[in-house]
Amino acid sequence: MGDPIDLDFNRRQMLLGTTASAALMAMPETAWSAPAPKEAEVTAKVSLSVNGAPHELDLDTRTTLLDALREHLHLSGTKKGCDHGQCGACTVIVDGRRINSCLTLAIMHQGSEITTIEGLGTPENLHPMQAAFIKHDGYQCGYCTPGQICSAVAVLAEIKAGIPSHVTTDLTVQPQATSIEMRERMSGNICRCGAYSNIADAMAEVAGRPA
Amino acid sequence: MKFDTPATTNPIDQLKVVGHPIDRIDGRYKVTGTAPYAYERHDAVGNPAYGFVIGAAIAKGRIASMDLAAAKAAPGVLAVITAENAGQLAKGDMNTVKLLAGPDIDHYHQAVALVVAETFEQARDGAEKVRIDYVRGQGRFDLAAARDGAGMAGSGYWGPPATSVGDFAGAFAAAPVQLDATYTTPDQGHAMMEPHASTAAWDGDKLTLWTSNQMIAWGVGDVAKTLGVAAENVRLISPFVGGGFGGKLFVRADAILAALGARAAKRPVKVALTRPLMFNNTTHRPATIQRIRIGASRDGKITAIGHESWSGDQPDGQPETTVGQTRLIYAGANRMTAMRLATLHLPEGNAMRAPGEAPGMMALEIAMDEMAEKLGLDPIAFRDLNDTQVDPESPDRPFSQRQLVECFRLGAARFGWDKRSPRPGAARDGRWLVGLGVAAAFRNNLVMASGARVRLDRRGLVTVETDMTDIGTGSYTIIAQTAAEMMGLPIDKVVVRLGDSAFPVSAGSGGQWGGNSSTAGVYAACVRLRDTVVERLRLNAAEVTFADGQVRSGDRTVPLAEAAADGDLVAEDKIEYGDLAKRYQQSTFGAHFVEVGVDAATAEIRVRRMLAVCAAGRILNPKSARSQVIGAMTMGVGAALMEELVVDKRRGFFVNHDLAGYEVPVHADIPHQEVAFLDEADPMSSPMKAKGVGELGLCGVGAAVANAIYNATGVRVRDYPVTLDKLLPLMS
Repeated sequence: MGDPIDLDFNRRQMLLGTTASAALMAMPETAWSAPAPKEAEVTAKVSLSVNGAPHELDLDTRTTLLDALREHLHLSGTKKGCDHGQCGACTVIVDGRRINSCLTLAIMHQGSEITTIEGLGTPENLHPMQAAFIKHDGYQCGYCTPGQICSAVAVLAEIKAGIPSHVTTDLTVQPQATSIEMRERMSGNICRCGAYSNIADAMAEVAGRPA
Repeated sequence: MKFDTPATTNPIDQLKVVGHPIDRIDGRYKVTGTAPYAYERHDAVGNPAYGFVIGAAIAKGRIASMDLAAAKAAPGVLAVITAENAGQLAKGDMNTVKLLAGPDIDHYHQAVALVVAETFEQARDGAEKVRIDYVRGQGRFDLAAARDGAGMAGSGYWGPPATSVGDFAGAFAAAPVQLDATYTTPDQGHAMMEPHASTAAWDGDKLTLWTSNQMIAWGVGDVAKTLGVAAENVRLISPFVGGGFGGKLFVRADAILAALGARAAKRPVKVALTRPLMFNNTTHRPATIQRIRIGASRDGKITAIGHESWSGDQPDGQPETTVGQTRLIYAGANRMTAMRLATLHLPEGNAMRAPGEAPGMMALEIAMDEMAEKLGLDPIAFRDLNDTQVDPESPDRPFSQRQLVECFRLGAARFGWDKRSPRPGAARDGRWLVGLGVAAAFRNNLVMASGARVRLDRRGLVTVETDMTDIGTGSYTIIAQTAAEMMGLPIDKVVVRLGDSAFPVSAGSGGQWGGNSSTAGVYAACVRLRDTVVERLRLNAAEVTFADGQVRSGDRTVPLAEAAADGDLVAEDKIEYGDLAKRYQQSTFGAHFVEVGVDAATAEIRVRRMLAVCAAGRILNPKSARSQVIGAMTMGVGAALMEELVVDKRRGFFVNHDLAGYEVPVHADIPHQEVAFLDEADPMSSPMKAKGVGELGLCGVGAAVANAIYNATGVRVRDYPVTLDKLLPLMS
């Protein structure tokens, strides 16, 4: 860090975005700077409450919340599908709000209360949303499923809390858990197996509405 | 067990467990995040190191130099693997080009190095410190430009590259009603949710790979070949696969590099491809150009049908086999098909869900819609008129089952097809132009040899072991249903263990052959176990029944568990197929109905209703089969409306190589979907009388969407995906 040429590169990488970010790692025409002086690892302590249990971690500061959960706490129910906020497989609930855990560093969450799929229910004691996903076959390969379920639980809470969405037509009345409201709010969670119609049925059942 | 005569009555026909919409037996693990995928085997591998793959920054050329010094000196880095230091590596039989490139580069993002470090963050940082200079070579990346120079493809599993029956040219020229139209489909990505991932561990010269792979035995073979180790020293374990769609049929760079990294670092290493690497590093469905000619009499009988296709691949690659269904689906005395293959230096083309038929039906079923309109016929009536119950190329070869007409009939009634106006642009709902579209679904039924081992223990539990994979298809559940039905047990008395090369070789998951073939293998093993039980209990084999956990023969009733009182009973067998697939054309059929709304001002397209009616043999589990079909319908909406890997024709790579750039359907894009299965049991396919269904649902649905858009707007877009920029300028 601190090398102006490296910073310049980061900026270019940002600008190119989806088009060539990985390519830049080894672009041939570029005049690379000499290797940066050997860096020391930077670690930091962070305290997280995950599914009600306190954890003290000493982490490389670059560690995402997702990798802290998966690689350090071995809570691998939270999935890594894209690692940059495009797929939703890593959705967890932090201090009551759902977020993409790949897009946030673990050290930014000192003292946070985190709920992962493991905290919602277990194979022997399922959360109602988990049971509804099984009943309605709201999955296929299962890889996006924990993120879908964390999102689904949080979506119903958001609607209950009166938080509007892009498709809410009247901001002066309480939003309802309609099919279109749920589908809009769930659209950050990709399911390539295409279980959307079944997920909508599962959510409708938990919300107590007709599918 | 050799299956070479049509199935007769067998224990599966009881349908006490098979055929019921049973919840997935692996469901509770998937919904609680406790199903272990390849990168998260903390249960099996302690303290793995992390590998990070570097992809080539050019599409064609060679590496001039690599400077690994900074990477090797970076904190935590344990090893840097390149072609130069990896030792001799062969190319796997299923790979078109090498998985670790150097010095020559075959395609963009082909792996050129793996950096192994103590942590993921360190491995990624080390990868950024690898300096590579390339010499860029000349490559060809533009299918349209290469079209005229493309030669005939070779023969392969798809049959000959060109076929001809009767006099196509003469009959087409003489036909009073003709269609001659060209359609294109773009390159598409599998974009499964779980990245390609592997954890590798060596014990001496024995390698274990926890990997995400659809075809375990193929994988063992290609890992062994690539690394130059004996196949018996390679074990693949893949109990859960986070989506494949054909992209995980073959061993990819994650597996080979994890193995090499683990050897170099002398400890287990895990590797996942990053999402931006996946689209160019791995395989994709190749783009196609398809010319379709149909000639018919004025009353709508097809007299000539021709389908030609062009696709591209690496020099030793293969065509996208888009013309196969056109040889079989409609009648007509004069026919031709041809597949040409251009050499392109894009990433490897290969199978993606319903290879061939998916893009082929996207084109053919628009052509049928266009032809019906020219003839002034309803598109369903036109298809009915040209139905055939025999292989049109070999009229003495019947279809084993063919209920395409029935699919349309039921679908039309359910969907309200009679309310559709044949005149485009006639229906309006506020700002929405509303259109209905229909298309046939067609996909061949493939059968593959498949083995299983079943074990009865003294608790009365039956454990099934097979290297079959469950890629979301429901294999665990239908295999449990099969064993339960055969052994007369409730499903909770069956344990299923999948995806391990230590188990008997199965059909694997691909080509929609997995469900029917793998359960038929379990059937065969259970037949043998039943015989063993009967022998052990000294029962009369002629009149024995297995039901309710009991074995009955005459007036004797014995608990099944008793047969294992002195120790587990184990039986193993496999299903193998004779020539029934040659004597009978085995295919699966369906009808797709779609309603779209197109915004009259902006051309925004919304899918409002979808229905698929399928005739695909016995449906082993209507719940998971329905999920396969709605998932395929969803993927078909993607193909119709948004999915396109955009080629940079100068630099030679797919530009939109992540899930923000490569758009796939999300929740808001997909309405409630309806699926109906016709009652069918096909005794020619297997003792299960089932056929494939997982790919059928994708075939034709894109065309049904496109045809609905035409019905809504009067604009015929022949270049997929149908995006509003193509639609809007032509909407009046």
